[in-house]
Amino acid sequence: METLTSAVSFALLVLFAPHLMLGVIAKTKAAVAGRKGPPVLQTLYDVVKLLGKGAVYSTTTTWIFRLGPVVSLSAALAAAVLAPLGGPSLVAFEGDAVLFAYLFGLGRFVTVMAALDTGSSFEGMGASREVAFSSLAEPALILSFAGLAYRAGSLCLERMFSIHVGPSAVASTILALGSLFIVLLAENSRIPVDDPNTHLELTMIHEVMVLDHGGPDLAFILQGAGLKLVLMSSLLVRLVIGDLPFVGAAGAMALGLFLVAVAIGLVESSMARLRLVRVPQLLVAAICASAFGLILVLR
Amino acid sequence: MHELSQLLLTLIVFLSLYLLGSSSLTGCVNILALQGMCLGILPLAIHERGFHSRTFVLAAGMFVLKGFVIPRVLLYAIREVKIRREINPLVGYTSSLLLGALLIGVSFIIAERLPVPAGLRTGLLIPVSLATMMMGMLMMISRIKALTQVIGYLVFENGIYLFGLSIAYEIPWLIELGVLLDVFVAVFVMGIVINHIARAFDSISTEKLTSLSD
Repeated sequence: METLTSAVSFALLVLFAPHLMLGVIAKTKAAVAGRKGPPVLQTLYDVVKLLGKGAVYSTTTTWIFRLGPVVSLSAALAAAVLAPLGGPSLVAFEGDAVLFAYLFGLGRFVTVMAALDTGSSFEGMGASREVAFSSLAEPALILSFAGLAYRAGSLCLERMFSIHVGPSAVASTILALGSLFIVLLAENSRIPVDDPNTHLELTMIHEVMVLDHGGPDLAFILQGAGLKLVLMSSLLVRLVIGDLPFVGAAGAMALGLFLVAVAIGLVESSMARLRLVRVPQLLVAAICASAFGLILVLR
Repeated sequence: MHELSQLLLTLIVFLSLYLLGSSSLTGCVNILALQGMCLGILPLAIHERGFHSRTFVLAAGMFVLKGFVIPRVLLYAIREVKIRREINPLVGYTSSLLLGALLIGVSFIIAERLPVPAGLRTGLLIPVSLATMMMGMLMMISRIKALTQVIGYLVFENGIYLFGLSIAYEIPWLIELGVLLDVFVAVFVMGIVINHIARAFDSISTEKLTSLSD
């Protein structure tokens, strides 16, 4: 019975949480701009609509192009199994943090390969940008994971991302939070790094790589990207909010995810996109913060 | 209180890093003001023995002087000089950020070898002060514009103040000395302002020259 409940709640979470979060971000942006905004579940409607369509494949593409969306969605799903989303994770073992980080790496790799497979110079440009920025975002992610793992004395996500007490716990938590938030914005192509709403070749990073995908493939990509956002935010939430009275761990996680979505919405409404040459600087700052955090716990 | 002091010290290092990576002069001055405010609150959070009346006076003085007076003077200077950005620093922004991270590491290694004075709640103070000093020094060396050099100097001075804070009970007048040094900086800043006004007069005269040649 318990297995069934956890399986059902996991399925519901994976299905709805990404869309709810994206919806809250859109609503926040709309509220700040004085608009009404799209319905909260708009991206879910988009995904359902896309799933009902057929797919068109260019004759220049090969099986790699069709593999991309499927593998990136399944990598995100596998990462969701490992992540502690409000309560214990479904699968936990020593070293799952490394697998978690590199499942995202795998998803990115197949997306880039699919983009290159189209043979379009436009998508090649996007792929090059994505790889250039993620080569800076990944050290920041791994360094902050390393700091948290050393602090918790374990490479298990569940223990790394929990409330910690001890000397310099506050400082290292703040540094990890700051660094991971920048990584979150960069990896999910949110505003200071990339603008999710534009379709101009000069500004796009992630969007440009998926231009040639349509129908169910695009639906998979959208679902996978949303899921990635939820997973990374849930890690941030776990660092700060543990168990709240009345609502429990799951309620605390839901509240935390809502707050992260509002924060992202506020960042997006108050900032302009950074120039492409300035983006590496932001990511290097994230690396510095996580390196500082690591030094703090290593002492 | 222990958490608060950790928070403030982390913030101070982070703001120094931001200063190393930012090219906008107005942004730099605002960040410097924020750092000054953090420094002002810090003495109240750091000592476990009860508050001295002197601590309050010191905190208030620091808060007002570093958080409001000096930034105001610097902003005035920026407005007068009409320079918005440091365009070509000797060391690029990304590399100075990386150097800053390196300096933080070095200062932690050095601080390991120094004895931490009693009466402090956190061992973070000494390494943070060393890191702030070194980053300020880096800014002074690697920037060309006089204004960013002054900002670097102020960051350096903040580091010295932090170091002095760790032994404030043993040698109280060291802190007062730091505040006096701040006043000196204000004078220093004014000197640069006057310098630039003089340069502005020059530019006015060249304008006159071009209008004559027309």
